[in-house]
Amino acid sequence: MNPGIDLQGNFIESVKGFGIPPGAARALWLPLPMLIVLVAATVSVLVVVWLERKISAAAQQRIGPEFIGPLGILAPLADGLKLVFKEDTTPSKADALLFTLGPAIVVIPVFLSYLIVPFGQNLIVSDVGMGVFLWLALSSVVPIGLLMSGYASNNKYSLLGGLRAAAQSISYELPLALSVLAIVMMSNSLSTVDIVQQQSGYGILGWNIWRQPVGFLIFWIAALAECERIPFDLPEAEEELVAGYQTEYSGMKFALFYLGSYVNLTLSALLFAVLYLGGWEFPVNVGTIANLIGVSENTPWLQVVTATIGIGMTLLKAYFLIFLAILLRWTVPRVRIDQLLDLGWKFLLPVSLVNLLLTAGLKLAFPIAFGG
Amino acid sequence: MNLAEGVQIVSLGVLALMMLGSALGVVLLKNIVYSAFLLGGVFISIAGLYLLLNADFVAFAQVLIYVGAVNVLILFAIMLVNKREDFKVVPRIWIRQVATAAVCFGIFALLGTMVVTTPWAISTEVASGDSSIVRIGLHFFSDFLLPFELASILLLMALVGAIVLARREFLPEEDLTPGETEALTLPERPRELITTGRSDSTIQ
Repeated sequence: MNPGIDLQGNFIESVKGFGIPPGAARALWLPLPMLIVLVAATVSVLVVVWLERKISAAAQQRIGPEFIGPLGILAPLADGLKLVFKEDTTPSKADALLFTLGPAIVVIPVFLSYLIVPFGQNLIVSDVGMGVFLWLALSSVVPIGLLMSGYASNNKYSLLGGLRAAAQSISYELPLALSVLAIVMMSNSLSTVDIVQQQSGYGILGWNIWRQPVGFLIFWIAALAECERIPFDLPEAEEELVAGYQTEYSGMKFALFYLGSYVNLTLSALLFAVLYLGGWEFPVNVGTIANLIGVSENTPWLQVVTATIGIGMTLLKAYFLIFLAILLRWTVPRVRIDQLLDLGWKFLLPVSLVNLLLTAGLKLAFPIAFGG
Repeated sequence: MNLAEGVQIVSLGVLALMMLGSALGVVLLKNIVYSAFLLGGVFISIAGLYLLLNADFVAFAQVLIYVGAVNVLILFAIMLVNKREDFKVVPRIWIRQVATAAVCFGIFALLGTMVVTTPWAISTEVASGDSSIVRIGLHFFSDFLLPFELASILLLMALVGAIVLARREFLPEEDLTPGETEALTLPERPRELITTGRSDSTIQ
């Protein structure tokens, strides 16, 4: 395993060069990756919102945003500005404290989950040994925020929306966790870096999507349901519930929900890419190409190129999945709440259990192909 | 003391304060919804304490099970029960409150002395960290197999019980005589009531 580029070490060394003690240099480094990830996640939301507008327009044979910047690229920024300057109201009979706390509890776990998304061998905020498990645990906190904002709004539509959101989130967490468990079983590790490494070496042929044809479908359906995307956006089904738990929200608090849902979609797409599409791996193994043209894997410029390709590939795969999600949103009708729960409990759960069992059996039978 | 130790001590203090504060809130607040949300705060703080003790897996499992499942279900139950009822003012309520406080303080004092006086066999080994999940798994399938299986049977029983309580049998449509059912409800087969032994329909 090559050490790769040690950004942290270089940064600390260069700060020390200015005559700052090592402890302080380390403390200066600490917030940097977090800040970068926070900003990157927020910027990625702008891109997703723009994509959503453009693709939905194309799906309906419209042009979409056109005049705000070239190709309407500044439209999401205008959206954001509008939300920032909107009046922030709290209904007079609402529970002001819980009303404010709710959106925060929804957004914080989603951003926290970016800790474990790897963009390269060392391009990860923290290589937590139980990365995927951390993500599952954090995503289970979100329904509390939804219930809180639904209850605090003092509005029956909000309460129903919050309850629906919690029910949906609990039901689809199980198939999600079970399909992730099948991957973990093949990778012998919960760490996202290890999961990608286990898929590397054979280019596109080594990716988990070939070994988990059922698992990836379950994961994607469950992830869409967790993100409350159409066809599963029942908590905010506007024909029935006005806007669900978001009904009473405006201004920045509404923007937090909006941001949270798109960040969550991006996160799910990134994790899908990590779990099933080989993460930062190029479809052809970069190491083999380097050997073909006779360059050592430890050459500095090659490492920079590999890191760039890694970030590019991760984002490319994630945005391809987001494209799929947007396309689904504008082609598939919304399901009913009983159909949603039936699908989760009576179909996806048994299928994912069988998938897990099959994976375990195949792992014992063909340890070479299934990571024994 | 280096940076890491300082951060640890500060977070220990913050977590302990958070835990005690929200636990007191759970017990003392009148609004049951606040209590339920604060219970989530207690669970999160305990998970943070586990993290400080290098027990990552236990911490994440705590969040997943206690916050994500138990607390959400408690909130669910509270919010689905649509019962608005003003409690009657009980005369001399303070006697009960003082008695409760005394019992709670007694238990706290007993447990406290037990914790202080017991000679704990504290291991000097380095915490296993990421490999702890492997060791937990090994223990589950060797010396802790029986408790593990018993716990799963308990959960299975709870599952079956919940299904028996919630199960409703809907009558097929051809058996219906028109005008028999209320609007917008599916016709249900009357259930045997366990407590009375009589059929549900006769009570109606």
